[in-house]
Amino acid sequence: MIPTTYILLLSAIIFTIGAVGVLARRNALIIFMSIEMMLNSVNLTLVALANQWGNLTGQVFVFIVIAVAAVEVAVGLAIIMAIVRHKDTTNIDEVHLLKG
Amino acid sequence: MSLIFFAILALFALATALGVILSKNAVYSALWLLGHFLVIALMYFALSAQFLGIVQVIVYAGAIVVLFLFVIMLIGGTITPMVHEARPYARAAAVVLGAVFLLGMLFAVGRGVTAFPEPAGAPGAGSVQAVAEPLYTTYLLPFELASVLLLAGMLGGIVLALKERKRS
Repeated sequence: MIPTTYILLLSAIIFTIGAVGVLARRNALIIFMSIEMMLNSVNLTLVALANQWGNLTGQVFVFIVIAVAAVEVAVGLAIIMAIVRHKDTTNIDEVHLLKG
Repeated sequence: MSLIFFAILALFALATALGVILSKNAVYSALWLLGHFLVIALMYFALSAQFLGIVQVIVYAGAIVVLFLFVIMLIGGTITPMVHEARPYARAAAVVLGAVFLLGMLFAVGRGVTAFPEPAGAPGAGSVQAVAEPLYTTYLLPFELASVLLLAGMLGGIVLALKERKRS
């Protein structure tokens, strides 16, 4: 068995990579992929802890999170499509209608 | 499962994650993301979560990445620069903030949970039957609400992505 701490460390690192991707990239699609990666790393911690304590609640939780992530991708990509239709760009720096 | 196997999987997971955020082209990012999800699915199998491993492959690798690729292909023709402008100060700030965040998290993880006992392993090895039992008894309400959420998301996606018609 793998020690649970290693898996928690791995998912902390993956979460950070996703966060840096959100901060550093300007392409809305890649930012969105980074958010998916962050969700996935949290799922990994839940599965690891379900494995650690011999309890399936964590896995049920991950199942619900996956359903929510699927909905989020569908709606988010539709929003990106709408932005592209209006502004013809996926660069989030050019979407500044609300900027004061 | 041996530690060597875990180390190899972890290396692949980190490499594919870096590939996602470092690729210049969004298509390559989506393909790296596919690899990342498959590696994580393998890890789920190793952590006695067979059902979730399969769900991960079907939903994430099968549906979500394909949706991403569809959208990239759909809008790719109208967008010329998928490659983005260099804003060195923003990137440096992101890396610094990420490093601080990572240090904080590593500190928390390393400090709080060093003394985990030997993992118990999920009951029934996370098979479909084992996961279905709590899902359909204790957590029946969230499960049903998830279906409502999926319906709402489907309608929202259609409404948002539909071409606006001229209102007479």
